Amino acid sequence: MGRFVARRLLQMIPVFLGTTALIFFMVHVLPGDPVAAMWGDKAADPAQLAAKRHQLGLDQPLLQQYVTYMGHLLTGDFGTTMGQRKVIDVISAAMPVTVRLTLMAFGVEVVFGVLIGLFAGLRRGKAFDKGTLVITLLLISIPVPVLGFLFQTVFADQLKLVTPTVQDSMNFGQLLLPAVVLGSLSLAYVARLTRTSIVENVRADYMRTAVAKGLPRRRVIGTHLLRNSMIPVITFLGTDLGALMGGAIVTESIFNVKGVGNAMYHAINQSDGATVSGFVAVLVLVFLAASLIVDLLYAVLDPRIRYA
Amino acid sequence: MTTVMEKKTETGRLVPGTPLLEVRDLHVEFKTRDGIAKAVNGVNYSVAAGETLAVLGESGSGKSVTAQTIMGILDMPPGRVASGEILFRGQDMLKMSGEERRQIRGQKIAMIFQDALSSLNPVLSVGYQLGEMFRVHRGASRKEAKAKAIELMDRVRIPAAAQRVGDYPHQFSGGMRQRIMIAMALALEPDLIIADEPTTALDVTVQAQVMDLLAELQAEYHMGLILITHDLGVVADVADKIAVMYAGRIVETAPVHQLYANPAHPYTKGLLRSIPRLDQKGEELYAIKGLPPNLLKVPAGCAFNPRCDAATDLCRTETPALHQVMDKDGAELAGRRSACHLWKETLHG
Repeated sequence: MGRFVARRLLQMIPVFLGTTALIFFMVHVLPGDPVAAMWGDKAADPAQLAAKRHQLGLDQPLLQQYVTYMGHLLTGDFGTTMGQRKVIDVISAAMPVTVRLTLMAFGVEVVFGVLIGLFAGLRRGKAFDKGTLVITLLLISIPVPVLGFLFQTVFADQLKLVTPTVQDSMNFGQLLLPAVVLGSLSLAYVARLTRTSIVENVRADYMRTAVAKGLPRRRVIGTHLLRNSMIPVITFLGTDLGALMGGAIVTESIFNVKGVGNAMYHAINQSDGATVSGFVAVLVLVFLAASLIVDLLYAVLDPRIRYA
Repeated sequence: MTTVMEKKTETGRLVPGTPLLEVRDLHVEFKTRDGIAKAVNGVNYSVAAGETLAVLGESGSGKSVTAQTIMGILDMPPGRVASGEILFRGQDMLKMSGEERRQIRGQKIAMIFQDALSSLNPVLSVGYQLGEMFRVHRGASRKEAKAKAIELMDRVRIPAAAQRVGDYPHQFSGGMRQRIMIAMALALEPDLIIADEPTTALDVTVQAQVMDLLAELQAEYHMGLILITHDLGVVADVADKIAVMYAGRIVETAPVHQLYANPAHPYTKGLLRSIPRLDQKGEELYAIKGLPPNLLKVPAGCAFNPRCDAATDLCRTETPALHQVMDKDGAELAGRRSACHLWKETLHG
């Protein structure tokens, strides 16, 4: 187990370097000159531009820039934005909002996805099951922006339950609607995955044994059925946690949430390499950590899997 | 040894000879897309405490369905008990509430399944699965349950039980897994154990060990045992009496040695002839011609008539009753019955 964790942590290094390099170079080839953009519509003096480039290190070869950037990153220095703010400040302002939004969406997805999937699986072929299959398919088919506007129209404009956009990005109540929109696609996947897994396992021989042991139904389902059925669901949830943080970009822009998505959107518009790379670096780390935790959890859930 | 090994109190004992379990005219059907499959058509049998009944039959003969119905673990739907009674200590279990039946399962009647690997939960340790019996039914703490689990594993002779109690089913060999199933069935000292092909999935050498262990524990706890099998070899040493099933019906019952020596039904005769024997080396192995009937369309008359060499017109039209079998002098042979119009010719001819 220890060796497995060590190996996985070592594997993170090339993945981390690869993803950050990719983003760094991709930002570089974006159209538009970020330095010229600082002067806005005014024509800038070429000497001033050159001086600014030199100050930002943009006159050096790209590879050199990347190495310098990574060197700073290792010491915890994320660099500065084009607007001369510290990137770390931008990240620490945006991150808590997105983490909050993501965790709320994740909670909605886990609780409702698993519950709906469980009941649908146990009532296979009945009305609830069929309804679940149809509605989840619908959710999977609708693009997130459409769903977002739909929710805004129904809950904000028609029912007047909430404001259409988020005023205070740290307010749990206001984040609820975006969280539901963000989590809805994954919720549909989780419900379907859980249902299928339950249907497969409910007829397993060990379930028959559990009943033959005279265990109460709640225990047969809660301990014997769910433990086995959750294995594929947990795998999905692990990778989905990272996907949710990335997916928040669209949802955040629909609901005007001042999170990572919002900040990244502006940074990309300004060809602000340091900011984009900084966010990606953090997101990659979150994603890698989540998948490591899931793999470890997987071994706890399924003892047949052994890590060496 | 402590409580698990203690003998039952006298109040828990039955008067000798009274059946512990009695199945009366049981009919079980399955609803399928093509119609109603009659899996069990009027089965009668009984088991007394300390007695072993072997139920013998091919796949699809209804032997497992009968057992699952007794246990209350039949999938319903598509299964349905059409009629009949299952008396446990004189009380009809089919009339009991779900909760009353649950209290019987595991505590009074326990079951051992064929494939121990798939029958044990793959993600829970064997100690947990054994201890669960005590935690759920006896309110034991985790610690007590674990101690009981180790004791049980010792009892079924699993080496180094204390070290292996936390291991998972896949970490045991087939024979050891089946011992764990036996231990689980024994946990609460039930009155009756139903073993559904307990040795079929095992190596021949391990089969004998597991069977011996089961027989030994049964004698020690004075339990009734219903042994379901298609293997005539397994039955001979351990069973007191045999019920042969065909197409959802019992076709012959007899004390074990009488059945082997002198079968009173052509189907039993065919089964016995089809066992390979060393003195027949080089000869072609006998096989009963044809296939077991489709349960959606059981033949009229005796269900076995299309495969029977001795079948007459009577066999094709009238379903035979389960006749009392008599010896040549007309004296009744105790416990011997045959559902064949021609039982006399089969037995004496």
